[in-house]
Amino acid sequence: MATLTVSRLTKRFGSVEVLKGIDLEAQTGEFIALVGPSGCGKSTLLAIIAGLESASEGEIRIDGRIVNSVAPKDRDIAMVFQSYALYPTMTARQNMTFGMESRGVPKPEQNAAIARVASLLQIEPLLNRKPGQLSGGQRQRVAMGRALVRDPKLFLFDEPLSNLDAKLRVDMRTEIKKLHLRVGKTTIYVTHDQIEAMTLASRIAVMHHGAIQQFDEPQAVYDRPANMFVAGFMGSPSMNFIPGELMKLEGRPAVAIALGRGETATLPLPQAPALCPASGKVVLGVRPEHLFRYDANLKAQKAGLAMVTAPVEVVEPTGAETHAVLKIGEQEIVGRFDPDGAPRLGELLALGIDMGHACLFDPETQALIPRVAA
Amino acid sequence: MVDATFDLALDSQARGESLRFALRRLAIYAFLGVFALIYLLPLFVVVANSFRELPEITQNGLIALPHSFSLKAWPQAWAHYCVAGTCEGVKRNFFNSLYMTIPATILSTLIGAMNGYVLSKWRFPGSETLFICIVLGVFMPGQIALLPWAYILGALHLSNSVYGLILVHVIQGLSFTTLFCRNYYVNIPDDLIKAARIDGAGFWRIFFKIILPLSPPILIVTVIWQFTGIWNEFLFGVVFTGGTQQPITAALVALATSQMNAHPYDVASAAVLIGAVPPLLIYLFGGKYFVRGLTQGAIK
Repeated sequence: MATLTVSRLTKRFGSVEVLKGIDLEAQTGEFIALVGPSGCGKSTLLAIIAGLESASEGEIRIDGRIVNSVAPKDRDIAMVFQSYALYPTMTARQNMTFGMESRGVPKPEQNAAIARVASLLQIEPLLNRKPGQLSGGQRQRVAMGRALVRDPKLFLFDEPLSNLDAKLRVDMRTEIKKLHLRVGKTTIYVTHDQIEAMTLASRIAVMHHGAIQQFDEPQAVYDRPANMFVAGFMGSPSMNFIPGELMKLEGRPAVAIALGRGETATLPLPQAPALCPASGKVVLGVRPEHLFRYDANLKAQKAGLAMVTAPVEVVEPTGAETHAVLKIGEQEIVGRFDPDGAPRLGELLALGIDMGHACLFDPETQALIPRVAA
Repeated sequence: MVDATFDLALDSQARGESLRFALRRLAIYAFLGVFALIYLLPLFVVVANSFRELPEITQNGLIALPHSFSLKAWPQAWAHYCVAGTCEGVKRNFFNSLYMTIPATILSTLIGAMNGYVLSKWRFPGSETLFICIVLGVFMPGQIALLPWAYILGALHLSNSVYGLILVHVIQGLSFTTLFCRNYYVNIPDDLIKAARIDGAGFWRIFFKIILPLSPPILIVTVIWQFTGIWNEFLFGVVFTGGTQQPITAALVALATSQMNAHPYDVASAAVLIGAVPPLLIYLFGGKYFVRGLTQGAIK
């Protein structure tokens, strides 16, 4: 089994620095998702790990061995491409044996490997077809089969699901998860889809502007995003940001937010922030699912619930839940509500905010303000 | 009842419409037919003259409906007619042309494919500039290269030989074959090359196992283009070879200009047709692939 360590990795194209000192590591059997908007450098990072691009500075180690100047074929990696990159003139079987043939693996061994992988991916009936005769999902399977068949140390995925339609994408996501649980290969998975990252990864590296913004377990990235970019990128609908000011309410920390027309609401914080920006200004980050219709029973269950009133601007039922756009001061925020008792259009909602789950950000640095350890 | 009358009204409208359509079609076909006739007329004249008796041609003129029929001109042109002192017809020149055109076509196509592969998939600093330089050759008139070629062929002791012409045509053809292949290969996704590199394939294995199997459409185009181009070319043939070494195009020039008494229109016509057969066959069998290859888009 294999580990990957990337340290202080920099990549420049001319004078443009596309990767700025990346540190990343994957333990044996880990599933690391590199997620970020397009142009953040995640695909370049993957190409450098694969050896298809060279690093300007820094080092890449696979199983402790520095591979910076090792050719892609000698890194013992396999890669699944967004376009699948199946060789169009070869059958699925030939696509899968091509790598083994290049390495001079004996025929019986090749056949055994094909049989093993084909049954694992359930592609036996497709082996004699060419890529042009396969559907998108089938090509995807064959592409994964080609990667699996050589039993590599490291598995690299470059947005493998983004060419599939929405339904198939969800199915294949589950397939990839199952596959990873079964074969347990160390995997680096590039995606721009935060849901794929959340569902698949054991750890997520969120990238932006060529730097890793946060590298942590999915729930930690979701609950305590390192900065406003990560907070806004992970989660859909994304986290609401409400400008406010830190203050004291009866000797306890609280955030005051403007409600428009000169009114303010003061929301007590269950956990004190560990530090306070010099200006006293903060950004309150609240996930849509931490907004509720306020009532006394709920308050009894959730100690951190604070109440403000907010007019309902738009209501969007999705079936399972209802999204409502509410107005707080000049700010529009989105909440996810149970369809039973969802806000109605034009209603002045008594809105409960679960401050226990809220995040505070420094508006200057955009960084998360840590909480005092409990 | 109501439906029937309704249909009748529609029927007459439809009939008028289809009549107008048929008339429009007829006009288009007549127009195209006239032009086809104009283009075919010279061919008809040559074919007809190759089967006429020479006295009849001199009597009625070159452009006239045939009044006689004879097959004499064909064996004459092929094997017996005297050009520049040798009386072997154009047979030898025909084979010269084949010996020159086939290797030159294959070599220039293969080298063009390799150039295209490197210039599209293994770019290096300056490769775009190099490509532009190679493609400039497309616009260079052949006569510019005459003197340099004369010098090079002389230095290589390849003057007045089919091998010399092969060399000239391979090099002169590279601009086109490289342009064709490079522009075709640019559309092959780079991911294929990356996948093959991870799969452990090197430069040549990728070329032979992945690029070449994808190439038939463009290879057919370059082969047709090169074959007809090299076969029909006569400037280099006339300048660099003479007598028995000449390709058929050069021999036709000699035949047309070396008249002793009466101009042998019948033999000349037959010789011209013999010289036109190979490219004609190539177009007949390859024309459909030619258009397909030129218009084929990216391979997905």
